[in-house]
Amino acid sequence: MTAWQSGGRIRWGWFLLATAILLLLPLVADTHTPTVLLIWALFALSLGMMWGYAGLLSFGHSAYFGLGAYTYAVAVINMGESTAPLLLAMMVPAIAAAVIGAMMFYGRISDVYMGVITLVVTLILFNFMSATAGDAYVIGNARLGGFNGIPGFQTLNVPGYPEISLFGLPTYYVCAVALLLCYLVCRWILARSFGRVLVGIRENEARCELMGYNVSAYKTAIFAVSAAMAGLAGCLFANWAEIVTPRMFSLGQAAEVLIWVIVGGLGTLIGPILGAIALGFVKLLLGEQTVIDNSLVLGALLIIVVLGIPRGVVPTLQRAWASIGRQSHQRHSKAGTARRRLGASPGEHE
Amino acid sequence: MDYAGVVGLEILYMIAFLALTSAGLAIVFGMMRVINLAHGEFVMLGGYTTIACHNAGVNVYFAMLVVAPVVVGIVGLVVERTIIRFLYGRMIDTMLATWGLSLLLIGLVTLIFGSTAVSIPAPISGYRFGEYQMGGYNLFIILVTAALVVATWAVLKFTRAGLIARGAMQGAEVVSSLGYDPRKVYMVTFTAGAALSGLAGGVLAPLTGLLPSSGGAYIAKAFITVITGGAAVISGTLSSAVIFGTVNQLVSFAVHPVIGEIAMLALAIVLLRLMPKGITGRFFRDST
Amino acid sequence: MSDVVTTHELTMRFGGVIAVDAVNFSLRERELRCLIGPNGAGKSTFFKCLTGQYPLDHENGRVLIRGTDVTGWNTHRIVQLGIGIKMQVPSVMDGLSVRENLWLSARRIHGWPGADGAVEEVAAELRLGDILGRLVGELSHGRRQMVEIGIVLVQNPWLVLLDEPAAGMTGNEVERLIGVIHRINQTASVIVVDHDMEFVRMLESQVTVFHQGSILVEGPAHQVLNDATVREVYVGNRAR
Repeated sequence: MTAWQSGGRIRWGWFLLATAILLLLPLVADTHTPTVLLIWALFALSLGMMWGYAGLLSFGHSAYFGLGAYTYAVAVINMGESTAPLLLAMMVPAIAAAVIGAMMFYGRISDVYMGVITLVVTLILFNFMSATAGDAYVIGNARLGGFNGIPGFQTLNVPGYPEISLFGLPTYYVCAVALLLCYLVCRWILARSFGRVLVGIRENEARCELMGYNVSAYKTAIFAVSAAMAGLAGCLFANWAEIVTPRMFSLGQAAEVLIWVIVGGLGTLIGPILGAIALGFVKLLLGEQTVIDNSLVLGALLIIVVLGIPRGVVPTLQRAWASIGRQSHQRHSKAGTARRRLGASPGEHE
Repeated sequence: MDYAGVVGLEILYMIAFLALTSAGLAIVFGMMRVINLAHGEFVMLGGYTTIACHNAGVNVYFAMLVVAPVVVGIVGLVVERTIIRFLYGRMIDTMLATWGLSLLLIGLVTLIFGSTAVSIPAPISGYRFGEYQMGGYNLFIILVTAALVVATWAVLKFTRAGLIARGAMQGAEVVSSLGYDPRKVYMVTFTAGAALSGLAGGVLAPLTGLLPSSGGAYIAKAFITVITGGAAVISGTLSSAVIFGTVNQLVSFAVHPVIGEIAMLALAIVLLRLMPKGITGRFFRDST
Repeated sequence: MSDVVTTHELTMRFGGVIAVDAVNFSLRERELRCLIGPNGAGKSTFFKCLTGQYPLDHENGRVLIRGTDVTGWNTHRIVQLGIGIKMQVPSVMDGLSVRENLWLSARRIHGWPGADGAVEEVAAELRLGDILGRLVGELSHGRRQMVEIGIVLVQNPWLVLLDEPAAGMTGNEVERLIGVIHRINQTASVIVVDHDMEFVRMLESQVTVFHQGSILVEGPAHQVLNDATVREVYVGNRAR
């Protein structure tokens, strides 16, 4: 079995354990905080998938997070029922990403310049949404609300029954299911040819082109998929916070998700998830006091990680674990090296 | 007619603003290919330094033109020695680490100065221009920027340091072949870039209330100006400052200030798409 | 026999320098041709024009492959016609294993089910079988070249374009390469770009000599390589 195949292989044991933990958590803890942690985890997963496996770094992924949230809010205010808005919240960011992605990738733009363009996109949205105060800025029945955003829209309801809207515990379960499903989708993508070509593109884009793959199309596609997931996270966030504000498009939000992914670990799916949960939790804790500033901690952390553990926490731990294992299984060392290098394999942890 | 004059001055001011706030970033990017995302915070630090000095009784011009650059230059030196120098050649990692640095600096400043706005009055009062009231200080900023550009050009063209700098823009090997250690050159460059950012922050301090988060307003525009400008430090930054400044102000006056902002950002995307190496990657290829 | 590759007045300029000067070139089916010439003669630029590495428009002339006008086509589109390309600098995926590199290439043509078999075949032919699990980045330069040739071959192309395929190879590897090229030539047309006259001599093919952006002379290897003008062009260049 190739190392690729383990990128698409699901460690069912760990997955079921995680599912069980998520399902049973409400028995021991209040679900308000865990819900947002799961949402952030989904957001981080969307960026981590694209960055870690296709090598595409979007500096302004917050744009699709915010677009998903705003699309949901505007749509549900106008439609009264939440099923279509939920779908729209995934489609609108996906389409936006497809357009922007096509413009960039077919124009052979990548790396730093992709970072700049994606950053500028989220800045444009931030500036625009912040300035939409006043009655003139409406879409249908929904006032965009400028800097204050859009409050008071209805939350997700059971499809077909607009009166039964979700709040609290059911929202938690919806988020948990969304995260688990998206994780499975990511694994599925990686297991297919599409995913392997993406890894190839990350490794050597020119060679993939020379093999006859339409690299620009692949990049645009994964960008759109990633944006759809980020949009879903945004929609769920809107449901949790019950308000959408331009802050979702901000530089700060864009930086946060980047930090979650890079600290958690590039090249794995679980890394960004754990990074978001851990750092999100720290942020919430820090938010409750004023002695240690959140920015200070995040900033110091990012610097330390980039300088010291550039691969992120999870892959570094995996290597440490694998090297312990290697000492007792000398003859498996080569396969282990291949798996570690690829980063596509979760190693022993999943 | 007066209105045209006002618009013209506002455009000039915007160009100067962009050039001034981008200068530090442009030098570091042009010579070292380092994108310092903490640049905005260096500017902010220059502002805080100036305000603190002013409150301590130091002459405001001395504070903004001397103290601020020196202080922020020292900060830059420390940053280069402790962080940047380990990441040369790793552009994305540098961007990430400096992004972390910017958060760190915001946190530190918040801790020290608190999060309420601080400000100092503009040392030059307004004047009348026909029917309109203009900010006199804006003229000062335009003059300072112009002087800075000329000084930078002169240094690059006529001094030995300038020659080394121009060599560095071609690559580290050129610097070595001139007999200088590239690492030392980079250290000095980063420090100089930080000092310039501090200068910009000092000069801009009297304009509005300063917050720890003010850096964010500078970084986005500076970033766009520098990357779109391309690798040539002076002509690149100037060209994009001119283009963006003009578009920004024209659209702001014609429609709405926010639309002006958005127009500038959107234009950046278009320009980058058409000229991926920046303006000076396409035109003015041999300029400094 | 019809032409498999034709160029009409192919021209490529960089600023004021004319790298390829209105070249009319043709290659017949199943032909093996070497493009040689000193550095700066324009052969690599010409090669890149054929492979879609430069965005061409009709001002640059025309490139036809089996009658299809491919001027201005992207590289991947040209490859999808059934063409295998190996560039001058080895372009392989260092972070993946030999097998994974070959598989990715094979999969596009043979699909998932057939890819493994195709990989095994090519690996056997190029003697890569014992290093299939190794990371390409750890291999020697010559071996990496072989892997890249494998990547090209596994797609069963009917036209193969190789730019300096022997660079960095050991004597044994070069001999094996020559055998492989002749084997490919039984089913495909081949263009090899190289400046190493020895290698070209060993290939014993038709040769096209480039000089200052134009074709200087064409003919069988032993004839061309002994031609006085050709030697002068090479020697003159080296002296400069």
